[in-house]
Amino acid sequence: MLDDKKLKIYAGRRRRNALALCLSLAAMGIGVFWLMWILWDVVRLGAGGLSLAVFTEMTPPPMSANGGLANAIMGSASMVLLAILAAAPVGILVGVYLCEYGRRGSFPVIVRFLNDILLSAPSIVIGLFIYALLVKPFKGFSGWAGAAALALIVIPIVVRTTENMLQLVPDSLREAAYALGAPKWKVVLMVSLRAARAGVLTGGLLALARISGETAPLLLTALSNLFWNSNMSEPMASLPVTIFRFAMSPFPSWQRLAWAGIFLLMIAVLLLNVLARTFMRHKS
Amino acid sequence: MERVTVEDRAPDNPDALVSPGIFPFGSGVSFGDRIFALLVKSAAFISSLLLLGILAALLAGAWPAIKEFGLAFLWSVEWDPVGQRYGGLAMIYGTVSTSLIALFLAVPLSFGIAFFLTELAPRWLKVPLGTAVELLAAIPSIVYGMWGLLIFGPFLARYAQQPLQALFGETAFLGTFFSGPPVGIGILSAGIILAVMITPFIASVMRDVFEITPPMLKESAYGLGATRWEVMRNVVLPYTKPGVIGGVMLGLGRALGETMAVTFVIGNMNQLKNLSLFQPANSITSALANEFAEAASGLHQASLFYLGLILFGITFVVLASSKLMLMKLKR
Repeated sequence: MLDDKKLKIYAGRRRRNALALCLSLAAMGIGVFWLMWILWDVVRLGAGGLSLAVFTEMTPPPMSANGGLANAIMGSASMVLLAILAAAPVGILVGVYLCEYGRRGSFPVIVRFLNDILLSAPSIVIGLFIYALLVKPFKGFSGWAGAAALALIVIPIVVRTTENMLQLVPDSLREAAYALGAPKWKVVLMVSLRAARAGVLTGGLLALARISGETAPLLLTALSNLFWNSNMSEPMASLPVTIFRFAMSPFPSWQRLAWAGIFLLMIAVLLLNVLARTFMRHKS
Repeated sequence: MERVTVEDRAPDNPDALVSPGIFPFGSGVSFGDRIFALLVKSAAFISSLLLLGILAALLAGAWPAIKEFGLAFLWSVEWDPVGQRYGGLAMIYGTVSTSLIALFLAVPLSFGIAFFLTELAPRWLKVPLGTAVELLAAIPSIVYGMWGLLIFGPFLARYAQQPLQALFGETAFLGTFFSGPPVGIGILSAGIILAVMITPFIASVMRDVFEITPPMLKESAYGLGATRWEVMRNVVLPYTKPGVIGGVMLGLGRALGETMAVTFVIGNMNQLKNLSLFQPANSITSALANEFAEAASGLHQASLFYLGLILFGITFVVLASSKLMLMKLKR
């Protein structure tokens, strides 16, 4: 038998539940609203400024009406590719160490811990580090330094994903290879890494997406350049830094180019992420 | 009985259960194995030295400023490149206050989103919305920053700052928070943009930890007649508490170290005249982004390195404790 008091308690619980659900729904709504707002503005202002000239012409002087982002896109591409090519192998090796060699003892635990800290360390601090290491001693900002800073951001991402993916490879696979008499390095390269290659590639794509949008470390290392430059030992333009300078400027023509640049950047980053995701789902 | 793992049988393990010698191919550990093990181990060693190297480089770069100002740097407001007097309090205050505003706004919001995604959303909405949150977390911060400066700043000035000032401007205590130029640039705008940026990040961590709650625990609570909110409040949250705190700290670490989202909208003024939320200010990261390339070497640059060192110290503590929290949950 339910008396009045119990019914009242029940009604109170239901009310509290309904309130919580409404608030949660509202939170989701606010989140989606902000996302739509940002996406809408970037597409509206960015796609409008897009033209062929953006890809073929150099960054213009302040008051000129035309011009593009060709040198910035080129600079970004070369530094980002160089960083990935240099850092991904190192990251994969460390990931292999953690999963295949570091199953016990305290050193792997320390390596893993430090790597996770590095993974979310402020990127501008990494810029400072490279400045002290490569810019100051050689007396000049350079594309090399920019690529080095980006490479330092890539390493922990690749380490993390490589280790996670290797852990998904069943031990019975490795045991079968050992039973056939394969040496450990062959087991790692031909069996473990091969089985996990989709995941490792995903890690590389995610790292690529992450450094494509990095601005802060480049400000302290590669600086920027208004002209076409394929010499890595000179200051080098990059898409994010150019966007930063143009967006902060009071000139409408520069701001238009900044919107076009931010649109390109966002599309590239989102595409890379979607690609990484579908790749992962496809293989696993 | 101890489980026998691959590691126990691996050829380079001295106390391997199966001696490599009994294999018909070669004897003992092969040459290739030794080279490969060395390669892998040295890569791991180098990667663990990176963090130490960063600390050493920051210390070395900051040394002239540390020698000159000592710890007084932490509570001096003066930042005068002409008179060569530097103190970091204004930037430290900017960094900490914007991050706290961001956390204050982002934590309830991301909790709501994670709650919705794990307990409330119908199956067909769960995956697309979850993916959207993760994609949002991957958008480069410069997008948020630029959008904040050119679109959100003017909007905030017009629809929030000016009315607030009109309402509370004359009030004795509250008034100080709302004084200053209502132009949409300053501590408040930077905090809000940071909140927008870290919300998807915290929400996806929270969703992940909520999902590891064993279904059996939740089902037994539902079986006793608990409402969804009660299950969240009394079963899921207590079970995942370290993970939730770890996720929040991870978000805090991100907010503290974020450069672009802040630099665009904080206003870049080295001052700490009052505690107004509308006042243009500076954070450690925005000072570094704006002044570093132009700083003549010497004390100015060393002071910027000092600021970087402080930032590194703060984020290290925050990230390390978040990591420890998340490790606690996994065990």
